[in-house]
Amino acid sequence: MRTLPRRFVPRSLLLRNLLGVLAGLVVVVLVLETTSPFRNSQLATMSYYAIAAAGLTVLTGLNGQISLGHGALMAVGAYTTALLLEGDAVPFSLAMLVAAAVTALVGILVGAAASRLHGPYLAGATLALAVGVPGLAIYFDGLLGGEQGLSVRSPRPPDWFADAHYFVTAGDLSSAKYLAYIGWLTLLLVILLLANLMASRFGRVWRAVRDDEVAAELAGLRLGRLRVLAFVVSAACAGLAGAVLAMVVRLAAPSGFTIVLSLSLLTAVVVGGLGSIAGALLGSALLVFLPPAVTNLGTGAGLTGVQAAQLAPLVYGVVLVVVMLLAPGGAMGLLRRFWRRGINQGGSR
Amino acid sequence: MTLPDTSETRSPSAPPDPAPLFTAEGVTVRFGGLTALDDVSLAARPREVHGVIGPNGAGKTTFFNVCCGFVRPDQGTLRWRDEPVRGLHPARLAGMGIARTLQGLGLFAGLTVAENVLVGADRFRRTGFASSLFALPRAAADERSLRERADRALEEVGVASYTGRYPGSLPYPVRKRVALARALAADPELLLLDEPASGLGADDMTELGELVRGLTERMAVVLVDHHMDLVMAVCDRITVLDFGRVVAAGSPAQVRDDQAVIDAYLGEEARAGGDDD
Repeated sequence: MRTLPRRFVPRSLLLRNLLGVLAGLVVVVLVLETTSPFRNSQLATMSYYAIAAAGLTVLTGLNGQISLGHGALMAVGAYTTALLLEGDAVPFSLAMLVAAAVTALVGILVGAAASRLHGPYLAGATLALAVGVPGLAIYFDGLLGGEQGLSVRSPRPPDWFADAHYFVTAGDLSSAKYLAYIGWLTLLLVILLLANLMASRFGRVWRAVRDDEVAAELAGLRLGRLRVLAFVVSAACAGLAGAVLAMVVRLAAPSGFTIVLSLSLLTAVVVGGLGSIAGALLGSALLVFLPPAVTNLGTGAGLTGVQAAQLAPLVYGVVLVVVMLLAPGGAMGLLRRFWRRGINQGGSR
Repeated sequence: MTLPDTSETRSPSAPPDPAPLFTAEGVTVRFGGLTALDDVSLAARPREVHGVIGPNGAGKTTFFNVCCGFVRPDQGTLRWRDEPVRGLHPARLAGMGIARTLQGLGLFAGLTVAENVLVGADRFRRTGFASSLFALPRAAADERSLRERADRALEEVGVASYTGRYPGSLPYPVRKRVALARALAADPELLLLDEPASGLGADDMTELGELVRGLTERMAVVLVDHHMDLVMAVCDRITVLDFGRVVAAGSPAQVRDDQAVIDAYLGEEARAGGDDD
């Protein structure tokens, strides 16, 4: 029995996605409660990568727009959060919302320019964003703290959250764990909304615009508007990711938003499988957990610490090349292929 | 090849003249030094099939590109009923009820057959971004009504059994039908068919002829094609282009005996080495 019987799967899209997110929530609580504080902080890191990657996979996978500038959009979200949390006046949830909104506004500007560009030109323009934006922080060092950046106070759990946490788990709520909860709850919310969009008319017309512009226009679709919209949605996700990053790292500094961050996000969605949220999660997990695992293996095999640490990017590069060669559809594309083959052999069709 | 005999649906002498739905008058298009269209006029009337024929390079596809807004004419007027529509954006024209099929089909490779046709029906959506973002019930209702439209179009052209397949996995004639279904899902008032018969076998072509005649119940059709027997059997009026100019226009019988048309096609055969139809 491969698929659930029809009657157990609700027909309403919202209900179906809510159920999925609820299941995800249970898994998140179980994992965060049973792992060490170190793993908690790794998972918090993974959460902000995944939020940004999920947004990027909508833009690149569904709408066919490449962005090498999502690290810069995360910077916008992170600095907005850092500025808002400077006094003690703004609750962090509001700061996150404002960060998403501000980054979405930036997304309108970038998206409007991007909607007229294709392929390498688009890559170049967004690359300029990735290179230029961290420089702004250095230029406006009075406001944005220059090279040192802005330190961010990490939010304290409100009483109701601590109580609820104690009620469910009867355990301690460490700061790392609380931040991981913030990151993963944000991620689950982002996944819910993106899954709604992808299954809706917007997911369909974004893919149509990606596949054939002439036919899309003949069907009455406004190419420019749809492209900008995809960019804005993606930018809002990057802004939220930046907000989570600022709180987890407790710092918003130019060194955190180099071109490497943008490239890492892009490789994450490509390795995971373009256009798939599960793929974005998988790619983000790889970004966070592969390097330490490789380093451990390296020291276990008798390498010095430095040698082992240098092994990690090499292995990541090899994984990327192998995935591109053997499974251009990414990990999720590969899974889907096996899944289909399994169904066909199962004789249900 | 047998084609539907439509002679009894049309009066043998002068065709009746309902008010035109879409009119092109004196349309001239130049690409650099080349005049692609020179003073071309055409009126598409409701319940009629209007054929546009001519040798290769005569300007047929350019004319279609003008009609659906991809090419802005240098001179001339375009009217939708009595409204001037020259220079309007293709998406606007599509929203007014002009649909077109493409010679290269232009199916969305990453969308299933059903999704392709749903994109065609997209101009009837009623809900916005927020409804989709939060998956509100009204977005679901909207999606259901689009699905009904898409299903009707899929049924009408006989490809309802392929809904879950991707275009790349389908034989060419089926893909052609899917492209037609996508155009029909927009429930257009004016349907522009660019070479609908190319690549089809005799049986498919007969069915296509019947289908196109049936469409005149609810829309005006303008059709470009090379297959003379199809064009002669299906069209109520024909406009013949050669080197971007109208060399003849009228009923199929009038056009068939026109010396300018014969010359244009004989010339074409001489140019192409006599292997063209």
